[in-house]
Amino acid sequence: MKKNKLKLYWQLFISTLKLSAFTFGGGFVIISLMKKEFVDKFKWIDEENMLNYTAIAQSSPGAIAVNASLLVGYKIGGIPGAAVTVIATVLPPLVTISIISLFYSAFKDSITVNYILKGMQAGVAAVLADVILGMVVSAWHECRWISIFLIAAAFACVAFFSVNIIFIIAVCGILGIILFSDKNSKIDHGLQK
Amino acid sequence: MELLKLFLSFFQIGLFSIGGGYAAMPLIQEQIVTKNSWLSVSEFADVITIAEMTPGPVALNSASFVGMKICGFIGAVVATLGYIIPSCIIVSIFAAVYAKYSSMNFMNGLMKGLRPAVIGMIASAAYTIFKLSFLSSDSGVFGINLISVFIFLIAFTGLKKFKISPITVIFASGLFGYVLYNCQAAFL
Repeated sequence: MKKNKLKLYWQLFISTLKLSAFTFGGGFVIISLMKKEFVDKFKWIDEENMLNYTAIAQSSPGAIAVNASLLVGYKIGGIPGAAVTVIATVLPPLVTISIISLFYSAFKDSITVNYILKGMQAGVAAVLADVILGMVVSAWHECRWISIFLIAAAFACVAFFSVNIIFIIAVCGILGIILFSDKNSKIDHGLQK
Repeated sequence: MELLKLFLSFFQIGLFSIGGGYAAMPLIQEQIVTKNSWLSVSEFADVITIAEMTPGPVALNSASFVGMKICGFIGAVVATLGYIIPSCIIVSIFAAVYAKYSSMNFMNGLMKGLRPAVIGMIASAAYTIFKLSFLSSDSGVFGINLISVFIFLIAFTGLKKFKISPITVIFASGLFGYVLYNCQAAFL
Protein backbone atom coordinates (compact mmCIF):
# COMPACT_ATOMS: atom_id res chain seq x y z
CA MET A 1 0.00 0.00 0.00
CA LYS A 2 2.69 2.42 1.02
CA LYS A 3 4.80 1.44 -1.92
CA ASN A 4 1.91 2.18 -4.27
CA LYS A 5 1.59 5.66 -2.78
CA LEU A 6 5.28 6.35 -3.27
CA LYS A 7 5.02 5.17 -6.83
CA LEU A 8 2.10 7.54 -7.44
CA TYR A 9 4.01 10.50 -6.01
CA TRP A 10 7.04 9.62 -8.11
CA GLN A 11 4.95 9.40 -11.28
CA LEU A 12 3.21 12.66 -10.38
CA PHE A 13 6.59 14.32 -9.82
CA ILE A 14 8.11 13.08 -13.08
CA SER A 15 5.03 13.97 -15.16
CA THR A 16 4.79 17.48 -13.73
CA LEU A 17 8.54 18.02 -14.05
CA LYS A 18 8.44 17.07 -17.72
CA LEU A 19 5.44 19.34 -18.36
CA SER A 20 7.09 22.29 -16.69
CA ALA A 21 10.44 21.69 -18.38
CA PHE A 22 8.99 21.79 -21.89
CA THR A 23 6.27 24.39 -21.53
CA PHE A 24 7.02 27.54 -23.45
CA GLY A 25 4.61 30.42 -23.44
CA GLY A 26 2.89 30.64 -20.10
CA GLY A 27 0.23 29.15 -17.90
CA PHE A 28 -2.45 28.11 -20.36
CA VAL A 29 0.00 26.04 -22.33
CA ILE A 30 0.93 24.01 -19.25
CA ILE A 31 -2.76 23.58 -18.47
CA SER A 32 -3.33 22.13 -21.92
CA LEU A 33 -0.46 19.71 -21.34
CA MET A 34 -1.74 18.80 -17.88
CA LYS A 35 -5.09 18.02 -19.42
CA LYS A 36 -3.47 15.68 -21.95
CA GLU A 37 -1.33 13.97 -19.33
CA PHE A 38 -3.56 13.79 -16.23
CA VAL A 39 -7.01 13.60 -17.85
CA ASP A 40 -6.44 11.76 -21.13
CA LYS A 41 -3.45 9.57 -20.36
CA PHE A 42 -3.46 8.69 -16.64
CA LYS A 43 -7.18 9.45 -16.05
CA TRP A 44 -6.34 10.75 -12.57
CA ILE A 45 -9.02 13.46 -12.83
CA ASP A 46 -11.86 14.20 -15.24
CA GLU A 47 -12.03 17.05 -17.72
CA GLU A 48 -14.75 18.90 -15.81
CA ASN A 49 -12.62 19.06 -12.66
CA MET A 50 -9.59 20.12 -14.70
CA LEU A 51 -11.52 23.09 -16.10
CA ASN A 52 -12.92 23.97 -12.66
CA TYR A 53 -9.39 23.97 -11.23
CA THR A 54 -8.21 26.13 -14.10
CA ALA A 55 -10.96 28.61 -13.30
CA ILE A 56 -9.92 28.70 -9.63
CA ALA A 57 -6.21 28.93 -10.55
CA GLN A 58 -6.96 31.76 -12.95
CA SER A 59 -8.99 33.70 -10.38
CA SER A 60 -6.23 33.52 -7.77
CA PRO A 61 -3.11 35.67 -7.82
CA GLY A 62 0.21 34.25 -9.00
CA ALA A 63 1.24 31.98 -11.84
CA ILE A 64 -1.60 29.90 -13.27
CA ALA A 65 0.71 26.93 -13.75
CA VAL A 66 1.71 26.85 -10.07
CA ASN A 67 -1.86 27.32 -8.84
CA ALA A 68 -3.28 24.67 -11.16
CA SER A 69 -0.57 22.16 -10.32
CA LEU A 70 -1.22 22.68 -6.61
CA LEU A 71 -4.93 21.94 -7.07
CA VAL A 72 -4.36 18.95 -9.32
CA GLY A 73 -1.68 17.56 -7.01
CA TYR A 74 -3.96 17.94 -3.99
CA LYS A 75 -6.82 16.21 -5.77
CA ILE A 76 -4.60 13.28 -6.79
CA GLY A 77 -2.40 12.87 -3.73
CA GLY A 78 -3.58 15.13 -0.87
CA ILE A 79 -1.15 17.57 0.74
CA PRO A 80 1.97 15.55 -0.16
CA GLY A 81 0.67 15.41 -3.72
CA ALA A 82 0.28 19.19 -3.79
CA ALA A 83 3.80 19.65 -2.45
CA VAL A 84 5.16 17.26 -5.06
CA THR A 85 3.48 19.01 -8.02
CA VAL A 86 4.37 22.54 -6.87
CA ILE A 87 8.04 21.61 -6.41
CA ALA A 88 8.07 19.85 -9.77
CA THR A 89 6.53 22.91 -11.46
CA VAL A 90 8.95 25.38 -9.92
CA LEU A 91 12.17 23.37 -10.25
CA PRO A 92 12.72 23.42 -14.05
CA PRO A 93 12.42 27.19 -14.55
CA LEU A 94 14.50 27.80 -11.42
CA VAL A 95 17.36 25.62 -12.63
CA THR A 96 17.16 26.59 -16.31
CA ILE A 97 17.07 30.32 -15.64
CA SER A 98 19.84 30.16 -13.05
CA ILE A 99 22.10 28.44 -15.56
CA ILE A 100 21.10 30.63 -18.50
CA SER A 101 21.50 33.87 -16.55
CA LEU A 102 25.21 33.02 -16.22
CA PHE A 103 25.80 33.18 -19.97
CA TYR A 104 22.76 35.07 -21.10
CA SER A 105 24.11 36.98 -24.09
CA ALA A 106 25.62 33.89 -25.71
CA PHE A 107 22.28 32.14 -25.31
CA LYS A 108 20.26 35.02 -26.73
CA ASP A 109 22.39 35.38 -29.85
CA SER A 110 22.82 31.69 -30.63
CA ILE A 111 21.31 30.79 -34.01
CA THR A 112 21.04 27.13 -33.06
CA VAL A 113 19.01 27.95 -29.95
CA ASN A 114 16.76 30.21 -32.02
CA TYR A 115 16.10 27.52 -34.64
CA ILE A 116 15.22 24.93 -32.00
CA LEU A 117 12.96 27.31 -30.10
CA LYS A 118 11.20 28.38 -33.29
CA GLY A 119 10.51 24.72 -34.11
CA MET A 120 9.26 24.02 -30.60
CA GLN A 121 6.92 26.97 -30.86
CA ALA A 122 5.17 25.35 -33.84
CA GLY A 123 4.94 22.11 -31.86
CA VAL A 124 3.37 23.93 -28.91
CA ALA A 125 0.88 25.54 -31.30
CA ALA A 126 -0.13 22.05 -32.48
CA VAL A 127 -0.61 20.77 -28.92
CA LEU A 128 -2.79 23.79 -28.12
CA ALA A 129 -4.88 23.32 -31.26
CA ASP A 130 -5.43 19.66 -30.36
CA VAL A 131 -6.45 20.41 -26.75
CA ILE A 132 -8.75 23.29 -27.63
CA LEU A 133 -10.49 21.24 -30.32
CA GLY A 134 -11.18 18.50 -27.76
CA MET A 135 -12.49 20.98 -25.19
CA VAL A 136 -14.77 22.76 -27.64
CA VAL A 137 -16.26 19.42 -28.71
CA SER A 138 -17.00 18.38 -25.13
CA ALA A 139 -18.40 21.84 -24.29
CA TRP A 140 -20.71 21.41 -27.29
CA HIS A 141 -21.94 18.13 -25.85
CA GLU A 142 -22.54 19.75 -22.47
CA CYS A 143 -24.70 22.73 -23.34
CA ARG A 144 -24.60 23.41 -27.06
CA TRP A 145 -24.86 26.97 -28.29
CA ILE A 146 -24.57 28.79 -24.98
CA SER A 147 -21.16 27.23 -24.32
CA ILE A 148 -19.91 27.88 -27.83
CA PHE A 149 -21.13 31.47 -27.66
CA LEU A 150 -19.41 32.06 -24.28
CA ILE A 151 -16.17 30.49 -25.55
CA ALA A 152 -16.19 32.67 -28.66
CA ALA A 153 -17.05 35.79 -26.66
CA ALA A 154 -14.33 35.16 -24.05
CA PHE A 155 -11.82 34.48 -26.82
CA ALA A 156 -12.67 37.66 -28.73
CA CYS A 157 -12.61 39.77 -25.56
CA VAL A 158 -9.10 38.61 -24.62
CA ALA A 159 -7.55 38.23 -28.06
CA PHE A 160 -8.90 41.29 -29.87
CA PHE A 161 -10.13 43.76 -27.26
CA SER A 162 -7.65 43.09 -24.41
CA VAL A 163 -10.46 43.03 -21.87
CA ASN A 164 -9.31 42.44 -18.30
CA ILE A 165 -9.42 38.72 -17.43
CA ILE A 166 -10.93 39.35 -14.00
CA PHE A 167 -13.83 41.16 -15.67
CA ILE A 168 -14.49 38.22 -18.02
CA ILE A 169 -14.39 35.75 -15.13
CA ALA A 170 -16.84 37.86 -13.13
CA VAL A 171 -19.28 38.21 -16.04
CA CYS A 172 -19.17 34.52 -17.00
CA GLY A 173 -19.53 33.47 -13.36
CA ILE A 174 -22.62 35.61 -12.88
CA LEU A 175 -24.06 34.45 -16.20
CA GLY A 176 -23.43 30.86 -15.14
CA ILE A 177 -25.24 31.34 -11.85
CA ILE A 178 -28.22 32.91 -13.65
CA LEU A 179 -28.38 30.46 -16.56
CA PHE A 180 -27.36 27.13 -15.06
CA SER A 181 -28.24 27.28 -11.37
CA ASP A 182 -31.80 25.94 -11.64
CA LYS A 183 -32.58 22.52 -10.27
CA ASN A 184 -33.18 20.95 -13.68
CA SER A 185 -29.66 21.48 -14.84
CA LYS A 186 -28.45 19.79 -11.68
CA ILE A 187 -30.60 16.74 -12.34
CA ASP A 188 -29.54 16.61 -15.97
CA HIS A 189 -26.03 16.78 -14.84
CA GLY A 190 -26.53 13.85 -12.51
CA LEU A 191 -28.08 11.78 -15.28
CA GLN A 192 -25.22 12.41 -17.65
CA LYS A 193 -22.75 10.79 -15.30
CA MET B 1 19.06 41.84 4.50
CA GLU B 2 19.10 41.89 0.72
CA LEU B 3 17.57 38.39 0.76
CA LEU B 4 14.72 39.53 2.98
CA LYS B 5 14.03 42.51 0.71
CA LEU B 6 14.06 40.21 -2.28
CA PHE B 7 11.64 37.84 -0.58
CA LEU B 8 9.25 40.64 0.40
CA SER B 9 9.32 42.20 -3.07
CA PHE B 10 8.39 38.97 -4.79
CA PHE B 11 5.86 38.19 -2.07
CA GLN B 12 4.07 41.41 -3.03
CA ILE B 13 4.32 40.61 -6.72
CA GLY B 14 2.87 37.14 -6.10
CA LEU B 15 0.10 38.54 -3.97
CA PHE B 16 -1.12 41.17 -6.39
CA SER B 17 -0.63 39.68 -9.84
CA ILE B 18 -3.96 38.26 -10.87
CA GLY B 19 -4.44 36.96 -14.36
CA GLY B 20 -1.25 35.28 -15.43
CA GLY B 21 2.34 36.14 -16.24
CA TYR B 22 1.93 39.25 -18.33
CA ALA B 23 -0.30 40.85 -15.72
CA ALA B 24 2.64 40.54 -13.32
CA MET B 25 5.09 42.38 -15.60
CA PRO B 26 4.22 45.94 -14.55
CA LEU B 27 4.33 44.89 -10.88
CA ILE B 28 7.73 43.26 -11.34
CA GLN B 29 9.01 46.34 -13.12
CA GLU B 30 7.85 48.59 -10.29
CA GLN B 31 9.51 46.47 -7.59
CA ILE B 32 12.70 45.55 -9.44
CA VAL B 33 13.49 48.58 -11.59
CA THR B 34 11.77 51.59 -10.03
CA LYS B 35 11.74 50.86 -6.31
CA ASN B 36 14.89 48.84 -5.63
CA SER B 37 16.97 49.55 -8.76
CA TRP B 38 18.09 45.94 -8.90
CA LEU B 39 17.94 45.99 -12.70
CA SER B 40 18.14 48.73 -15.33
CA VAL B 41 15.33 49.15 -17.82
CA SER B 42 17.28 47.45 -20.60
CA GLU B 43 18.23 44.56 -18.30
CA PHE B 44 14.56 44.22 -17.47
CA ALA B 45 13.73 43.97 -21.18
CA ASP B 46 16.34 41.21 -21.41
CA VAL B 47 14.63 39.37 -18.55
CA ILE B 48 11.36 39.38 -20.45
CA THR B 49 13.06 38.08 -23.60
CA ILE B 50 14.71 35.28 -21.65
CA ALA B 51 11.51 34.51 -19.79
CA GLU B 52 9.68 34.13 -23.08
CA MET B 53 12.41 32.03 -24.69
CA THR B 54 12.68 29.54 -21.86
CA PRO B 55 10.09 27.16 -20.46
CA GLY B 56 8.07 28.00 -17.38
CA PRO B 57 5.83 30.85 -16.28
CA VAL B 58 7.17 34.31 -17.13
CA ALA B 59 6.89 35.60 -13.56
CA LEU B 60 8.77 32.61 -12.13
CA ASN B 61 11.49 33.02 -14.72
CA SER B 62 11.88 36.69 -13.83
CA ALA B 63 12.02 35.83 -10.13
CA SER B 64 14.84 33.34 -10.73
CA PHE B 65 16.74 35.72 -12.98
CA VAL B 66 16.56 38.68 -10.62
CA GLY B 67 17.31 36.55 -7.56
CA MET B 68 20.30 34.99 -9.30
CA LYS B 69 21.65 38.40 -10.23
CA ILE B 70 21.38 39.83 -6.72
CA CYS B 71 22.31 36.95 -4.41
CA GLY B 72 23.21 33.98 -6.62
CA PHE B 73 21.33 30.71 -6.58
CA ILE B 74 20.01 31.24 -3.02
CA GLY B 75 18.56 34.52 -4.22
CA ALA B 76 16.81 32.69 -7.04
CA VAL B 77 15.30 30.19 -4.60
CA VAL B 78 14.20 32.92 -2.18
CA ALA B 79 12.60 35.05 -4.91
CA THR B 80 10.78 32.02 -6.31
CA LEU B 81 9.48 31.06 -2.85
CA GLY B 82 8.39 34.62 -2.18
CA TYR B 83 6.47 34.64 -5.44
CA ILE B 84 4.63 31.33 -4.97
CA ILE B 85 3.80 31.38 -1.24
CA PRO B 86 0.95 33.94 -1.32
CA SER B 87 -0.73 32.30 -4.30
CA CYS B 88 -0.42 28.83 -2.77
CA ILE B 89 -2.18 30.04 0.39
CA ILE B 90 -4.95 31.86 -1.48
CA VAL B 91 -5.59 29.09 -3.97
CA SER B 92 -5.86 26.60 -1.09
CA ILE B 93 -8.49 28.77 0.57
CA PHE B 94 -10.43 29.06 -2.71
CA ALA B 95 -10.24 25.30 -3.19
CA ALA B 96 -11.55 24.68 0.32
CA VAL B 97 -14.46 27.06 -0.28
CA TYR B 98 -15.13 25.37 -3.60
CA ALA B 99 -15.08 21.89 -2.00
CA LYS B 100 -17.42 23.04 0.76
CA TYR B 101 -20.04 24.53 -1.53
CA SER B 102 -19.54 22.39 -4.62
CA SER B 103 -22.75 20.45 -4.05
CA MET B 104 -24.83 23.62 -4.06
CA ASN B 105 -26.72 24.77 -7.11
CA PHE B 106 -25.19 28.20 -7.46
CA MET B 107 -21.67 26.75 -7.34
CA ASN B 108 -22.59 24.31 -10.05
CA GLY B 109 -23.89 27.19 -12.16
CA LEU B 110 -20.87 29.36 -11.41
CA MET B 111 -18.44 26.66 -12.53
CA LYS B 112 -20.52 25.89 -15.61
CA GLY B 113 -20.28 29.55 -16.57
CA LEU B 114 -16.55 29.75 -15.87
CA ARG B 115 -15.58 26.71 -17.93
CA PRO B 116 -16.33 28.27 -21.34
CA ALA B 117 -14.51 31.42 -20.21
CA VAL B 118 -11.44 29.32 -19.40
CA ILE B 119 -11.56 27.58 -22.78
CA GLY B 120 -11.85 30.96 -24.49
CA MET B 121 -8.83 32.27 -22.59
CA ILE B 122 -6.76 29.20 -23.45
CA ALA B 123 -7.75 29.77 -27.08
CA SER B 124 -6.57 33.37 -26.94
CA ALA B 125 -3.21 32.26 -25.51
CA ALA B 126 -3.02 29.85 -28.45
CA TYR B 127 -3.85 32.68 -30.85
CA THR B 128 -0.86 34.66 -29.55
CA ILE B 129 1.43 31.69 -30.10
CA PHE B 130 -0.05 31.04 -33.57
CA LYS B 131 0.70 34.61 -34.59
CA LEU B 132 4.20 34.47 -33.14
CA SER B 133 4.91 31.18 -34.84
CA PHE B 134 3.26 31.50 -38.26
CA LEU B 135 3.78 35.16 -39.10
CA SER B 136 7.25 36.31 -39.93
CA SER B 137 8.39 39.66 -41.14
CA ASP B 138 11.63 38.65 -42.83
CA SER B 139 11.07 35.31 -44.55
CA GLY B 140 8.36 33.13 -46.03
CA VAL B 141 5.58 33.60 -48.56
CA PHE B 142 3.16 36.52 -47.95
CA GLY B 143 4.71 36.91 -44.51
CA ILE B 144 3.75 33.38 -43.52
CA ASN B 145 6.48 31.19 -42.13
CA LEU B 146 6.05 28.00 -44.16
CA ILE B 147 8.48 25.96 -42.09
CA SER B 148 6.41 26.68 -38.98
CA VAL B 149 3.20 25.72 -40.76
CA PHE B 150 4.84 22.51 -41.99
CA ILE B 151 6.07 21.56 -38.50
CA PHE B 152 2.65 22.44 -37.08
CA LEU B 153 0.90 20.09 -39.53
CA ILE B 154 3.28 17.20 -38.83
CA ALA B 155 2.99 17.76 -35.07
CA PHE B 156 -0.80 17.96 -35.24
CA THR B 157 -0.99 14.73 -37.25
CA GLY B 158 1.33 13.03 -34.77
CA LEU B 159 -0.88 14.09 -31.87
CA LYS B 160 -4.25 13.34 -33.45
CA LYS B 161 -3.60 10.27 -35.58
CA PHE B 162 -0.73 8.52 -33.85
CA LYS B 163 -1.44 9.71 -30.29
CA ILE B 164 2.19 10.64 -29.68
CA SER B 165 2.71 12.30 -26.29
CA PRO B 166 2.82 16.13 -26.34
CA ILE B 167 6.28 16.32 -24.76
CA THR B 168 7.70 14.06 -27.48
CA VAL B 169 5.95 16.15 -30.12
CA ILE B 170 7.37 19.44 -28.77
CA PHE B 171 10.83 17.95 -28.51
CA ALA B 172 10.69 16.53 -32.04
CA SER B 173 9.43 19.89 -33.32
CA GLY B 174 12.56 21.49 -31.89
CA LEU B 175 14.70 19.00 -33.82
CA PHE B 176 12.69 19.61 -37.01
CA GLY B 177 13.15 23.33 -36.50
CA TYR B 178 16.91 22.93 -36.13
CA VAL B 179 17.21 20.85 -39.32
CA LEU B 180 14.73 22.78 -41.50
CA TYR B 181 15.89 26.30 -40.61
CA ASN B 182 19.50 25.23 -41.16
CA CYS B 183 18.53 23.86 -44.59
CA GLN B 184 16.75 27.12 -45.37
CA ALA B 185 19.79 29.12 -44.33
CA ALA B 186 22.07 26.93 -46.45
CA PHE B 187 20.04 26.83 -49.66
CA LEU B 188 18.20 30.14 -49.83
